[in-house]
Amino acid sequence: MIQKIGLIINPVAGIGGSVGLKGSDGEEIQKKAIALGAVKKANIRAETALKELIPFQDEIELFTYPGDMGETICNKLGFKVKVLGDAAKEKTTAEDTKLAAADMREQAVDIILFAGGDGTARDIYTAVGNNTLVLGIPAGVKIHSGVYALNPRSAGKLIALMIQNDTFETQEAEVMDIDEDAFRRGIVTAKLYGYLKVPYAKHYVQNMKSGGVAGEKLTLERITHYIITTMLEDVLYIVGPGTTTRGIAEELGYDNTLLGVDLIYNKKVIKNDANEKDVLSSLERHPHAKIIVTVIGGQNYIFGRGNQQISAEVIKRVGKENIIIISTQDKLNINFNVPLIVDTGSPEVDDYLKGYYRIVVGYEDMIMYKVGNYDD
Amino acid sequence: MPKGKARNKFQQARWEEPIIHELSNKGVRGLIPPRVEAEIQATTGKVLDNLKTMRREEAPELPEVSQKTVLSHWLRLSQETMGSNIGNDISEGTCTMKYNPRINEEFASNPLFTDLHPMQDEDTVQGMLEIYYKFQNFMKEVSGLDHCSLQPGGGNHAVYTAASMIRQYWSDRGALDTRDEIITTIFSHPSDAATPATAGFKIITIYPDENGIPDIEAIRAAASERTAAIFMTNPEDIGIYNPRVDEVVKIIHDVGGLCFYDQANANAFLGVARAREAGFDMCHFNVHKTFGTPHGCSGPGTGAFCCLDRMYPYMPVPVVDFDNEKYFLNYDIPKTIGHVRDYAGVSGVVLKAYAWVMSMGHDYMRQAADVSVINNNYLEKQILQIKGITSAFQDNGITRQEQVRYSFEKLKEDTDVGTDDVNARIVDFGLPSYWTSHHPWVIPEPMTLEPCETYSLDDLNEYVDVLRKVVDEAYSDPELLKTAPHASSSHRRNKPEELDDPDKWALTWRAYQRKHLSN
Repeated sequence: MIQKIGLIINPVAGIGGSVGLKGSDGEEIQKKAIALGAVKKANIRAETALKELIPFQDEIELFTYPGDMGETICNKLGFKVKVLGDAAKEKTTAEDTKLAAADMREQAVDIILFAGGDGTARDIYTAVGNNTLVLGIPAGVKIHSGVYALNPRSAGKLIALMIQNDTFETQEAEVMDIDEDAFRRGIVTAKLYGYLKVPYAKHYVQNMKSGGVAGEKLTLERITHYIITTMLEDVLYIVGPGTTTRGIAEELGYDNTLLGVDLIYNKKVIKNDANEKDVLSSLERHPHAKIIVTVIGGQNYIFGRGNQQISAEVIKRVGKENIIIISTQDKLNINFNVPLIVDTGSPEVDDYLKGYYRIVVGYEDMIMYKVGNYDD
Repeated sequence: MPKGKARNKFQQARWEEPIIHELSNKGVRGLIPPRVEAEIQATTGKVLDNLKTMRREEAPELPEVSQKTVLSHWLRLSQETMGSNIGNDISEGTCTMKYNPRINEEFASNPLFTDLHPMQDEDTVQGMLEIYYKFQNFMKEVSGLDHCSLQPGGGNHAVYTAASMIRQYWSDRGALDTRDEIITTIFSHPSDAATPATAGFKIITIYPDENGIPDIEAIRAAASERTAAIFMTNPEDIGIYNPRVDEVVKIIHDVGGLCFYDQANANAFLGVARAREAGFDMCHFNVHKTFGTPHGCSGPGTGAFCCLDRMYPYMPVPVVDFDNEKYFLNYDIPKTIGHVRDYAGVSGVVLKAYAWVMSMGHDYMRQAADVSVINNNYLEKQILQIKGITSAFQDNGITRQEQVRYSFEKLKEDTDVGTDDVNARIVDFGLPSYWTSHHPWVIPEPMTLEPCETYSLDDLNEYVDVLRKVVDEAYSDPELLKTAPHASSSHRRNKPEELDDPDKWALTWRAYQRKHLSN
C-alpha cells in the first residue's frame, strides 16, 4: 500500500516533439520550440493522471515542487499538497528535476510520479538511483525507457490501485536516452543509463489474466538456473549488462555489474566491469568462450546498446554459434514481429550476426527468433 | 447492418453465496446415521479398530450444515452458473462449444449403460466394447492414421500420451540423449509445449511470420539431429490454417524427427483434410469438442489418440480389439508405455460421441465443418466493422477457419477499457464471458470467438449487437464497463496479482485458512 506520493512535472517535457525537434533537452531547443509555436503539454497530461486520484485525496500525502513543477495543477484539482523546494521559477532545468527527486527521497515518499520523457527519467535516476519507487506519466518526445504507464490515465489508475492494495510487485525498468544532437543528424545512439524501480504494471494496467503464468521473478530464476546448470568447464563466459543477466553472477555468489560486462570462468567471476581490452585479453588466455546477452525490451537491441564492451572484434573471435541470448518472453512479445537488432559498429559483423537464434526464455525453454534489421 | 436481439434487460440470480465452510455451525448434522445394532456389533467387533492404518489421525474439517442448507447452497450456485446450454456460447474460442444432443444424454443415462462396470468380464460387455472399437475406427477414418486409443481422459492427456510415446520411441533406439528437443509454435495449444516438457524434453517455440503463419525459416533453423518431434496445432488458435503444413512435416522428417498433429479442435476440417495426407505420424482429437459431447470444467472428456503403424509398438494399453469373433482388451503391445489412465477410456463420452457420428454420417460431418467456417467468416465481417476491434494479422488476405482472435488494443488506447472490462460487461446481456487467449497474450487485449455449426444467424447477430452496444458504452461511459458486471453473478478478481504468488494462492479451504485467515 502506498500513502506518500511525490509529484514532479517537467513543464517543458515534450515541447520539442510537436514542432519536429525530436526532443526537448536544453534551453536553446526549448526556446526554439516555443518560437515555433509549441505548447507545454506536460501539465495537461499530469492533470489527466491526477484526476484518477481525487477519490483518494484524503488517504494520501502529496509532495510536489513549486509552480508548473506540480503545485499549480495540484491546487487546481483541490489536492492538499506539501510544496518542497524554493519559489517557483519561470524556467526550470534538469537540475530542478534532480533536486526535486532528491528532496522527495528525503521525505521518504512511497513513490515518485513524474511527468516527462527520457531526459526527465534520466535526471530522476541520477538523483535517486533505484532506491525509490518511480512511475512515469508519458509526456516527453522520447519514450524509450520502460518506466512509463501506457498513458496518463493508466498512470493515475495504477497509483489508485496501489493506494488500495496491500501488495504489489515491482520490477526494474530500463532508463534509456538517446543523444538528441546525433538523432537530429539521423543517428540513433540510445544509451542504457540504469534501472529505475517501477511497479510491475502488467497486472494493473494490462490486466491480469488467468493464473499459471509465472511472474517475472520466477522466470528470471528459471533462466538463471538453466544457464548455470549448462555452463561448461574451461569456457569463458562474457556476460553482458542488464537485469536479466544479473542473476548469473549473483547465483554463483559474486557481485554483478548491472551496467557492465562480467567475465566468468569455471563458475567464478574473474573480472567485474570488464572493458573491451579486458575481454580481448581474457580471450587470449581462454579462447573457448560464450557471450551471454539479453534483449533491450521494446527496442529489440542485443548488441550495440549499453554493451559496447562486447565489440565487433570480440564477437568475431567468439563466433555467433557461441552467443546465448536470454530474455523473458514478455520482452520479446512487446515487438514480436520485429527482429532482434544489432549495431556493433561494423557492418560486416552486423551482417554476420543475422540469422535465427534460440532465445532462452526459461529452463530448457527456448524461442527461435530472428536477428536482422528492422526492415527484414 | 443486420439487427441482433440483445437481451437488454437480462438479470441473473446473484446470491453472494458464502463458501460452504463459512456456513458451518459446530454440531449441526445433515444426517445422523443410526447406531450399529447390538447384535451386529457383537458379531463384527469394533470395525474401526481393525482399520487403524487407514484411519485419519485427525478428523477432516468438513462443514457442519443441515440438509436444507446444503440443498439451498448448491441450488443457488447452480443458478449463478452460465452454462453452455443457457447462453449463446459463441464465446469460447478454441473450445468448440456446440449443441450436445439431448438424446445422447438419454443413452448415457440408460441403466443398460450406467449399470456396466469397467472390471466386468469382456464376454459380458461385448456391446460396449463394440462401440469402442467402432468409434476407434471412426477416428482412424477421420485422421487417416492406422491405430487409435481412446484411453486418454482429455486433450492435454492425449498430447502427453504422444510425448510419452515419442520418449519411448527414441529410448528404444538408444537415442533419447541426443533426440531431446521438441519444436512447437506459439499459437499452438500450450499443452504442445507443456506436456513434452513434462516428459523431459527441451522446448523450442516458433513465432509467426508477418502473416501469422509459423515462420518456416525458423522451423528450418530449429530442426536438427536433436529434434525428437514437432507438436503443432492447425488451424492455430488464431484461426489461421497453415497451408505449408506438409512442407513443415518434410523438414522435420528430413532430420529424422517425428510429427504430432494437435487436432483437439477439428471442427474446421472434418471430411476436408486429414493428418495422414499432411504426412503426420500421430494426432489426437478432443472427442468432447468436435464430436458433440459436452465440454468443460475438467471433464468428462476423451482424447482420441491416433498413430501410424511405426508408432503402434509404443501405444498405451489396453486397446480395444476384435478377432473376428469377439471384442477384447488387447494388452499385448510389447513396448507399450503402459496405462495412461485406468481402464479403456471414459465410456460415457465414447458412447455419446459414437451416437453423434452415427447420426451425422460422413456428409453431415463435412457440412458441420463447412457451416462452422461460414458462420465464423460472417461473424468476423460483422465484428470488424465495430470501432475499436481489430483481429490478429488482419488484412493478410487469408480466410479464417473456425475461429478468430480479435483484439481490443485500439479500444484500450482510446478509452482505457480493455478486454477484461468488456468481458465483465458482456455477461450483463446474458452471454457467457468469452475466452481471451491462451498464454502468453502475444496478441494484446485478446478475445477469441468460435461460432461453430450450432449457431443460427439470429445467434450470431445477437452476439454482434451486444458487442456493438458494449463498445459504444466504452466510448460514452467507460466507468460502466470498469465497474461491470451489474446484472450478472459473475465477479471480478479483486487481487489478481495473488494468482501469481505461491504464498497467496489457495485452492482449498485449508490453504485459504492457512494463507489468509491465520494472521
